[in-house]
Amino acid sequence: MGYKSRLDTSSESFAENRADMLALWDQCQALKQRAVAVSEKRRARFEERGQLTPRERLMRLLDPGMPFLELYGLANYLCDGKDRDTSVPGASALAGIGYVSGTRCMIYVDDSGINAGASTQMTIQKIQACLDAASRHKLPFVHLVESAGADLMQYQIELWAQGGRIFNTLARLSAEGIPTIAVLHGPATAGGAYMPGLSDYVISVRGRGRASLGGAALVRAATGEISDEEELAGTDMHAQVSGLVEYTARDDADAIRQARRLVGALDWNRHCRLGAPHPGGAPDAVPPVYSPDELAGLVPVDYRKPYDVREVVARIVDGSDFIDFKPDYGVSTVCLQARIFGTSCGILGNNGPIDPDGATKAAQFLQLCDQSGISAIFLSNTTGYMVGKAYERAGMIKHGSKMIQAVSNIRVPRITLYIGASFGAGNYGMCGYGNDPDFLFSWPNAMSGVMGGEQAALTMDQVARTGAERRGIAVDEDMLAKQKARLIAHFDGQSDAFYSSGRMLDQGIIDPRDTRRVLGFALATCAEARARDLNPNSFGVARL
Amino acid sequence: MRKFSSILVANRGEIAVRVLKTAGALGYRTIAVYSDADADALHVSLADEAVNIGPGPSAQSYLNADAIIAAALATGAGAVHPGYGFLSENAGFAAACQDAGLVFIGPSPTAIEVMGDKAEAKRRMIAAGVPCVPGYQGQEQSDAVLISEAEKLGFPIMVKAAAGGGGRGMRLVHGARDLPDALHSARAEARAAFGSDTLILEKAVQHPRHVEVQVFADSQGTTLHLAERDCSVQRRHQKVIEEAPCPVMTPDLRAAMGKAATDAARAINYCGAGTVEFLLDRDGAFYFLEMNTRLQVEHPVTEMVTGLDLVAMQIDVAQGRPLTFAQDDIAVRGHAIEARLYAEDAEEGFLPRTGTMDVWHPAAGDGLRVDSGIQSGSTVSPFYDPMLAKVIAWGPDRDTARARLITALRDTVAFGCMTNRRFLMDVLDHPQFADGSATTGFIGDHLETLLQGSARDGVAEAAMAAVLRYQADRDAAQRASLPMPDELLNWSSGGALCSRYVYAHLGVEHDLLVTASGPGSYGVQAGDRWVDIATENTAPNHATMRVDGARIVVHVLADHDAGISLAIDGRVIRFDNLIARDAPDAETQATGQVLAPMHGAVTAVFVTKGERVKVGQRLAVLEAMKMQHDIVAEIAGTLTTTHVAAGDTVAANALMFEIDA
Repeated sequence: MGYKSRLDTSSESFAENRADMLALWDQCQALKQRAVAVSEKRRARFEERGQLTPRERLMRLLDPGMPFLELYGLANYLCDGKDRDTSVPGASALAGIGYVSGTRCMIYVDDSGINAGASTQMTIQKIQACLDAASRHKLPFVHLVESAGADLMQYQIELWAQGGRIFNTLARLSAEGIPTIAVLHGPATAGGAYMPGLSDYVISVRGRGRASLGGAALVRAATGEISDEEELAGTDMHAQVSGLVEYTARDDADAIRQARRLVGALDWNRHCRLGAPHPGGAPDAVPPVYSPDELAGLVPVDYRKPYDVREVVARIVDGSDFIDFKPDYGVSTVCLQARIFGTSCGILGNNGPIDPDGATKAAQFLQLCDQSGISAIFLSNTTGYMVGKAYERAGMIKHGSKMIQAVSNIRVPRITLYIGASFGAGNYGMCGYGNDPDFLFSWPNAMSGVMGGEQAALTMDQVARTGAERRGIAVDEDMLAKQKARLIAHFDGQSDAFYSSGRMLDQGIIDPRDTRRVLGFALATCAEARARDLNPNSFGVARL
Repeated sequence: MRKFSSILVANRGEIAVRVLKTAGALGYRTIAVYSDADADALHVSLADEAVNIGPGPSAQSYLNADAIIAAALATGAGAVHPGYGFLSENAGFAAACQDAGLVFIGPSPTAIEVMGDKAEAKRRMIAAGVPCVPGYQGQEQSDAVLISEAEKLGFPIMVKAAAGGGGRGMRLVHGARDLPDALHSARAEARAAFGSDTLILEKAVQHPRHVEVQVFADSQGTTLHLAERDCSVQRRHQKVIEEAPCPVMTPDLRAAMGKAATDAARAINYCGAGTVEFLLDRDGAFYFLEMNTRLQVEHPVTEMVTGLDLVAMQIDVAQGRPLTFAQDDIAVRGHAIEARLYAEDAEEGFLPRTGTMDVWHPAAGDGLRVDSGIQSGSTVSPFYDPMLAKVIAWGPDRDTARARLITALRDTVAFGCMTNRRFLMDVLDHPQFADGSATTGFIGDHLETLLQGSARDGVAEAAMAAVLRYQADRDAAQRASLPMPDELLNWSSGGALCSRYVYAHLGVEHDLLVTASGPGSYGVQAGDRWVDIATENTAPNHATMRVDGARIVVHVLADHDAGISLAIDGRVIRFDNLIARDAPDAETQATGQVLAPMHGAVTAVFVTKGERVKVGQRLAVLEAMKMQHDIVAEIAGTLTTTHVAAGDTVAANALMFEIDA
């Protein structure tokens, strides 16, 4: 008994929505392609040196045909002082969760085709977020290193300070019992040298991989010593003399092959207790009756146009089948129970702002999820909690707070998707960035912020008019119109998904048609982590 | 009461298997013999008992009459079936069997002897009124006599070894000028092959068909023929394709040839199965060629059109039983064609190939028969004839049989050893063979076109190999992973990821990027070409794929990370994998550069510049950490440089010696 969809896929609005949504998705892909193109310009240089390009390294590392969930693909977009037409996203790194020798791993690849892999404004945050995710999801961390390190010309003290946390986290991972593997394809200098130093395993490419606290230039400046890079930092030196390097490789491909063998040798899947029905997808899990492909045309890009979020859920969950919790109470807050690849989960959606009844319904539903250990999925599309006399009197603050409390304190995995509007405290109630969900992605049409630009402008307009009235002076309509335009631009310039994803306020923008797969992958990642026993130790594994 | 109740099969390969099966089915105790090289062969496992008769080379095993007779006596065998080849037409062996009290399943030693001597046979046939090619088969063997006889016959003529067979000692001579050389080389070859350099001359029949009549005689004097086989498709006098009936046969011609064949058999008091070979001229004239006094390789086509079991009949006749039917009872039903599958490289001059047949699954289906002596894992040794199997197809008409045989060859899974399968399919598919007009000149006239049919650029095949490898890699990863739903396969949230494979085939490198574009559908970038591939189903050794829309059935043998072999339409293509994803460390190439394994002091040097060194030869001693380490040569060659002397201290990886292979 599945949900009966009322969506007319032959309608004009469907075609229009689909065209709008796919245009946004194309824009997202074009942005990422910008980074690919920049990196690809250096291909000749890599080939000349007998190297693989960073992207080739990633593809070589991954098991063919196994899924890959990219993380922070847009990081640093619009953070580099450039505009929408020139800013390069990615923070000079490729990252995601993927499979190496059948093992789910966190993978981080320095994109040394871009500015020699030098750190950008968001690079430290990106690697930090990936390390945190490795810790949270108990994923072996594989880092393919080739980075010029920090760009001294762009030095910022806070980045240096934050950088220390990376090494702190690497040390903690080792102590938690999560192996870290660094493959040196190129230099790891200064701070970067602690990347191999703090990794449990180091594989280094002969003639290319290097690690030193100071490169030859710095050493000469500091001490006057003239040194050859190979003597100072070379793979053979570290493998034979310093003992920093465990394994040496002929070339990039050989190094990656060794990394794959090492990950395989961890026998990581042995440590996971997964009962039946397994979270990765019960064998009898059925696809949705309604094609996930229709998600592209179902949702209007303009968040002000309403639609029933159940139509979205019907295109995500097994058999398009779900249980509707309290459908006649707090009706604009939708709580559904369903399965994704056989895994039972609770899904929260919005058919409008959250009112007091909706908030209590959601808080109760989340506690029920927690009681049974069922993951919670938030399809965030709300302009916020209701305002106004009646709602305040009905305890909107109190109930909204209880909802936020439930969201914050449930112990089950939480996965959030911004699928439309995610404004104000509604964002907090729907497990936004600040709630630190296990996974957080956006659809390309998503908007987030304290409120919509138009609403902010109208609010400020009202404030000005009220003030003028109180002081008994005339309203400067011209000034107000300019202020309104400026505010709308100021808000909307920051609220679109591309802008917020660039600032890593989510983990990336996904194709709406991929929603079921992204959620399935995320759920399985969380489930494996929770079923996994680690062998923690006190100080991390020491390279003695 | 049977004269014998057990049969030793003095042969190997498919014919041993074939005889053992019938003998076993008839309730005889069966005994196989085998050489050291055949210890694990299929025929050994099929017999009730098996006896080792010596080392691999056939002269010391399957041609060793004493060992075989000893094996028969030791196992209490009552009869010996010689199969074909080896000792089957050796009158001495047949006589030795009789002397040892064993029934030889075949004709009398005398009959074998007469037909074994081409000149004598021809004289006897002429006397019996069997039509023979005009020729000279006299005792006088001087060049002068042979040249003058040749001129009397008129060129072109065939020079043949009187004791010969199988094309050895045989020369086609177009004019008197070439005759002396031909005589000399034919004599030399005949002497080497048969121990006799007696030659005969025959007028060459131009573009004849090779048509042979199967005869069968019992010991009560009944001699029948079981119609004919056309074996015109030959390569250098070796039969490639055989069929029954002959495509141009008429009832009158069959009656005439059948009479000539039975006359020939009667003339030598023949008993058992025999074959009388004729050349059939375009105008319907036919000439006696020779008689084979044994079961023929191609006997199955006769069995399939007559419904008889020739081996069972041989055994019955050897028991002294009469034939249970008359000439008029024998009818030819439908058409049967046999193809001989050889381990050979058609494109490399049909060079025999040896090795291991890793995977062997013969095709099965309506009207199909496969006689083979191999199984998966069998060794194809250099000691014996490289024929692996005979694939025979029957159909109500010739075209059906031909189509079935082509399909059967295509569907036979054979990996590990190169075969002539594609060549056979191209022959069967050739218009001249299809219309039934092929003569003995067919392969020689069309060799180039026949081989061209199998040549391709290999790009699409490399793309298929890459996709198959991609799927195998993916499936292996999925098996190794914690449960992961199929819906997530071939998917990446960040846009398509591709996997790169580099395969080499015959020195050509194919650099391939595989990108999944949906479940079971892929795009492969191969240089500047794009190949769309969809996989319809894949099994361990078998896949159906659509390649740029065309449906292709492919057999697959993946050799882990080392490479992959595909068979498409009978053509096997081996791709070497140049970028191993997971292979263990490739063995370090032995090099002529001898490096110090560690930091240490050289305490002794045993070689000097210019000296020849052998693999493993001690070059120097390095003392490090109070341990003495021998420095040895990894390759053989000349020592070109010595970088160290006794007393030197060397660093790890320092170059000590250089050897030029």
